[in-house]
Amino acid sequence: MKNNIISLFGNEARKDESQYPATVPLYQIPRERFTEAAKPMKTAGARLVAEWATDETSFGKGFGIYVCYAKDSEYLILKTYTPLEDPTFPSLTKKFVPAYRFERQMRSLMGVIPLGHPDSRPWIKHEDWQEDVYPLRKSFDASKSISRVKGEYQWIRAEGEGVYEIPVGPVHAGIIEPGHFRFQAVGEDVINLEEKLGYVHKGIEKRFESLPWDEGAKLAGRVSGDTTVAHALCYCRTVESMTECNPPERALWLRALMLERERIANHLGDIGAICNDAAFAFMLYQLTILKERLLRTNYKLFGHRFMMDKVIPGGVAIDISDKNKEEILSEMNWLTNEFERLVIIYDENSSLDDRLRDAGVLTDGKAKELCVVGFTARASGQNMDCRIQNPFSPYDRIIPKMTVLNSGDVHARLWVRTDEIRDSIRLIIEILNSLPEGKITETFTPPSPDKSGFAVVEGWRGEIVYWVQSGPKGEINRCMVRDPSSVNWIALEEAIHGNIVPDFPLCNKSFNQSYSGHDL
Amino acid sequence: MIEFYPFIIEAIQIVIVLLFAPLFVGWVRMLKCWFQGRTSAGLFQPYRDILKLFHKDVILAENASWIFRFTPYLVFGVTVLAGGIIPIIFLNLPFATVADVIAIAALFAIVRFFTALAGMDIGTAFGGMGSSREMMIGSLAEPAMLMAIFTVSLISQTTSLSNMADVLIHKEFILRPSMAFALLAFVLISIAETGRIPVDNPATHLELTMIHEAMILEYSGRHLALIEWAGMIKLFLFTTIGIASFFPWGISTSVNLINISAGIIFLILKMGFLGIGLILIETGLAKMRIFRVPEFLGSAFLLSTLGMLSYFILE
Repeated sequence: MKNNIISLFGNEARKDESQYPATVPLYQIPRERFTEAAKPMKTAGARLVAEWATDETSFGKGFGIYVCYAKDSEYLILKTYTPLEDPTFPSLTKKFVPAYRFERQMRSLMGVIPLGHPDSRPWIKHEDWQEDVYPLRKSFDASKSISRVKGEYQWIRAEGEGVYEIPVGPVHAGIIEPGHFRFQAVGEDVINLEEKLGYVHKGIEKRFESLPWDEGAKLAGRVSGDTTVAHALCYCRTVESMTECNPPERALWLRALMLERERIANHLGDIGAICNDAAFAFMLYQLTILKERLLRTNYKLFGHRFMMDKVIPGGVAIDISDKNKEEILSEMNWLTNEFERLVIIYDENSSLDDRLRDAGVLTDGKAKELCVVGFTARASGQNMDCRIQNPFSPYDRIIPKMTVLNSGDVHARLWVRTDEIRDSIRLIIEILNSLPEGKITETFTPPSPDKSGFAVVEGWRGEIVYWVQSGPKGEINRCMVRDPSSVNWIALEEAIHGNIVPDFPLCNKSFNQSYSGHDL
Repeated sequence: MIEFYPFIIEAIQIVIVLLFAPLFVGWVRMLKCWFQGRTSAGLFQPYRDILKLFHKDVILAENASWIFRFTPYLVFGVTVLAGGIIPIIFLNLPFATVADVIAIAALFAIVRFFTALAGMDIGTAFGGMGSSREMMIGSLAEPAMLMAIFTVSLISQTTSLSNMADVLIHKEFILRPSMAFALLAFVLISIAETGRIPVDNPATHLELTMIHEAMILEYSGRHLALIEWAGMIKLFLFTTIGIASFFPWGISTSVNLINISAGIIFLILKMGFLGIGLILIETGLAKMRIFRVPEFLGSAFLLSTLGMLSYFILE
């Protein structure tokens, strides 16, 4: 990918030396040729990881437009500037589908206009915001409230005999996050689903900019509560890459331990919830018991059920004793037995099988086109796992197993996760068996001004991406957060085509995206 | 004194229907909790639920018409009326002479018709969706149910449930293939009619998957209490119809204290076992895709047809 860019742009592509780590290069290219760079990326088979904008007025520049591409283990960031008086840039949406929502979001929150973008409706920022208020700009004062205006969201309409609309949400009957789904259906067949999100927009990216570096980890841990370890870890790895701080080996292994425990707990809960949505409540209650035991052990060993705030820049906040180690090992033993017993029940129930197979199919081609990540991608034939492709200690020594299935249906997504639970149990046992001794923290000094860092971490939903930039005074100038849900939400709209209305909850649960991580 | 007998019997019958229905639902829920490894809320939780709903205010949709307000009372009244016809512990019910099993099917059809109307009345997407699904199930379940019951009535040469049960009790017991087919069909139909898993899930919160619950989503307070109570009675009545047509032994044929107490004990025992059977099905199966329901009810219809044919060929 890097060579493609150099051969296409020659001297016009300038490498930015302030970008860390060195393995993820950042090239600055001219604004007019921003879209042009997408073509060789597409032909190289790369995916669009994220697209975001920065306000670099404090450096005396305009807005920065960034896009990150990835292919296998290689990541590449391209950047271009757009001046304050003419904040436009050429859209990438026609080349890469995920840019569709990223660019709507950039337009809504930063006020940079993607030229040639097919959709001018706001995203995240709802219609009752004033249109010319751009919260991510430095000129926006987050401490003041803004007045509401009247506005209307233009939904995509379907017309014809027998077409009817079903609005669902944003408040749902279950205890889940808010999001609005609008179905156009004929009889029971869904002809279109449109999502509207942003109901849990909290201004997290803006909030980062007013926090000191070490407290950023706490905020990152609250981007999506169920992924607190992975998000905090990704933030920490980003800022550590900027200062070239190397946490002690023991801390790295403990981080992996927590990351895998988080993965198991969430997978267990979700497998149960998927079965419950097919009215097979038995699995839900049994798996909830397993999940609850894990969470209680977390509370006992780490002081928090979800291990929030335990990953800090420079290491981890809590150590485990040898006694704890034994405790986790015997717990993993117990878990394996109980879990395998339930997997058999799942596997042998033909009525469940009938519901889950062929429901909500996301084909290989669609998954690639939409650049989805995580278990969703792996269930649709995409080889993708940051723990394997971009390993950090201990994953370079204890290599996770990647389960890839091709059917892309609800069952495939569930089965990938079943396999991941088994593998995470193995990883935990191996981590504990060769856990290195030593310190658990390294002194962390905040990064110097005008640097940027990048990191990816495989959370249980998939690849989490952070890109952090330090400002001229050494503060956080911009922290870009990309939860897996930011790209995966759109896959649900695609997967529901050809399904019937009553199968939607099942499909939705099999993706189980984060609303909070998406809305930020 | 003798002329008051019919009134007393009918009154006792109605009281049994009203009180036993929530108890049976409580038993079913309790079993379900145990089968899933949970602690149950107790046998009497349905009574508390109904009582709670009666204490709550009714919130009416702005565009609700008289149909919406009238439906809960109609549904409750008609369901209780159906309860007056089915022999539960007495055979010679006064109502049984004027209404047969076709009338019972018609009463349930009235309930379904008005519930579906009320679902559409408030104009929400969920209500209409529920009504359309309910009518699809109804149109398939009703003929199948009549076919199953007719198979049984071929043996007794009557369509009155009381007489059918009477014949079965007094005739010599023989294993009849026609009855076996009809019973299987009746079980399938009852599951669909009473909205249990695998056809509908009475415990779900997912609006998009609901059938019966989607129609009554907008009801609250005493309206909801009546509809919920009527729903419990319907489940109870379907099990008692099943008992009367296939296992009537124990239902008291004459009105005296010993027979009546024996009748109550038999009822409790049978209901207890049927609850276990229901929960075995509900715990072991996932809900089927909605377009599998026609196949499911189609096979019920087929089974009852087979029952009828085997009666003529074999018996």
